[in-house]
Amino acid sequence: MAGAAPQPSPLIELRQVTRTYGRGSAEVRALDGVDLAIAAGEFVAIMGPSGSGKSTAMNILGCLDTPSRGAYLFKGVEVGSLTRDQRALLRRHFIGFVFQGFNLLARTSALENVELPLIYRGAPLGERRALALEALAKVGLQGRELHQPSELSGGQQQRVAIARAIVTRPDVVLADEPTGNLDTARSREIMELLAELNRRDGITIVMVTHEQEMAAYAGRIVRFLDGRIESDGPEKEAAQ
Amino acid sequence: MIWETLRLALQAILRNALRSFLTVLGVVIGVGAVIAMVTIGNGTTAKVESEISALGTNLLFLRPGQGFGPTRSDAPDFTSRDVAAIQEQIGGLLAVAPVVSAAATAIYGNENWNTTVTGTTNAFLVARDWTLTEGRSFLEGELRSGKAVCLIGQTVRQELFGRADPLGARIRLKNVSCEVIGLLEAKGQSSFGQDQDDTVIMPIRAVQRRLIGDTDIPSIYLSAQDGVDTAKVKRDVTLLMRERRHISAREDDDFQVRDMAEIVQTMTATTTVLTGLLGAVAAVSLLVGGIGIMNIMLVSVTERTREIGIRLAIGAQERQVLLQFLVEAVVLSLFGGLIGIALGLGLAGLASGLLGVPFVLEPGIVALAFAFSAAVGVGFGFFPARRAARLDPIEALRHE
Repeated sequence: MAGAAPQPSPLIELRQVTRTYGRGSAEVRALDGVDLAIAAGEFVAIMGPSGSGKSTAMNILGCLDTPSRGAYLFKGVEVGSLTRDQRALLRRHFIGFVFQGFNLLARTSALENVELPLIYRGAPLGERRALALEALAKVGLQGRELHQPSELSGGQQQRVAIARAIVTRPDVVLADEPTGNLDTARSREIMELLAELNRRDGITIVMVTHEQEMAAYAGRIVRFLDGRIESDGPEKEAAQ
Repeated sequence: MIWETLRLALQAILRNALRSFLTVLGVVIGVGAVIAMVTIGNGTTAKVESEISALGTNLLFLRPGQGFGPTRSDAPDFTSRDVAAIQEQIGGLLAVAPVVSAAATAIYGNENWNTTVTGTTNAFLVARDWTLTEGRSFLEGELRSGKAVCLIGQTVRQELFGRADPLGARIRLKNVSCEVIGLLEAKGQSSFGQDQDDTVIMPIRAVQRRLIGDTDIPSIYLSAQDGVDTAKVKRDVTLLMRERRHISAREDDDFQVRDMAEIVQTMTATTTVLTGLLGAVAAVSLLVGGIGIMNIMLVSVTERTREIGIRLAIGAQERQVLLQFLVEAVVLSLFGGLIGIALGLGLAGLASGLLGVPFVLEPGIVALAFAFSAAVGVGFGFFPARRAARLDPIEALRHE
């Protein structure tokens, strides 16, 4: 399901998005007039050197940050005009996050970590348990539900984080260098898992990565340079 | 959701059990001190009240001057005619006893003992509800002539006679030789701390003539009959004395009639003020305890910045994070409050055992301390909680 098939209303759409930090002469332009549309079901890798604006783009896509100029439409909704709490609700219901550093709650079991987003949704305990167990099974962690992060390997921790991201059945999972802290074998497993979630469950995935090999799992690669999109296309041509 | 928040708060508190305990120690000590102080204070008040009312609630004192202290020199003492007038004109009285007292050394054989000699009539024994264990009270003739006879208290008997029989013996008071005709029953310590048994009672005229040398009466004890309103007796006596002492309508009384209720009030007022003061000091330590909680909550927010970032990223709203930290602070300070209440009551119980003061539990103060510690949690937890809720999720997630 490569991005070649355009849809009337993309899931995610950046229109001339500019994000600046600071003021006056100290102004830094992290994003400079970026246009990007991602359709439901896509698996997109975002690449680019440090400072190219890819992290800023991810923060905006995740509704953690808002554009200084331009518009970000998530499911057709202009995110820039929403309040902080409304954006929290968007994240709660439609977006899952996977981070480089896993970002699990310490001294909290895998199960409880995965339940966390459901708690904020107000799901009753029974439903929460069932959904969390299901998500953990999906990422291959049966039998480790009661382990705490410190008792799990890096790969397993990232699987817990992915389970936490998908437990709410979000429209999109945003993964910020999900394999950055893992060795190659573990990285491949995680990528297989993400690719499978994309293929089997139709979850849209947007992933930032430094590694060409990991980007190759995505159907589409967007390269950032100096706050602009340098190239955007299917895996093979972008790799050139 | 609220159960989740509570569970979360408990988890966070128990995760750092020792630190949590040290954090709430301020509240524990504050609440404990308030509870202990107030409970012991109430016990003391109750004890003083019960002891004074044991003297007899029907008792009234008449004395010249105003105030509770020594008699003012410009207010004249009473006379025997005042006593007679009260007896004749005031209804509902059980006993009217003129009282004079003098300090004297009582000597018997080789023993001597400094004591207080009270000059009065048999009415004094009625008013004070004091009986004799041996011997007899004064005869009418002895009272009229001021004969040197006396009743002695248990302490005086012990000091002068040891185990010997005092009846019929002659003791010397200053230069008066005085026959012991009766032995008073033991009364023990008064609530003013005086040994009531350290006394010698003589006919009033004997004391006036032989020990003091005048006929003034510095105080009169009145005892109302059962069922008679002491307030009315007090009014009647006041009117009579104003008339007898020629006090015009514009002038204040130059004497006072006090009843037991007033004396109880005077005595308990002191303990009440003291209890209040100690309570205030304790409240300050509660405040300090609250600041301790705020401090540790701020540390906790900083420590858990990343956790807050995760929560915000996965969709927690501001007020949910606020509530989480607020509930944590409140649960923490309520823990402190509960431990403090237990500690305070324990201390008060211990003190009541040691001081012989009754244990008077006041539910109001326990509820107040509980509510106050909750308020400390809300008040001092709010600022750190708001700081947590307003964190930028991007910054928070980057926090190491």
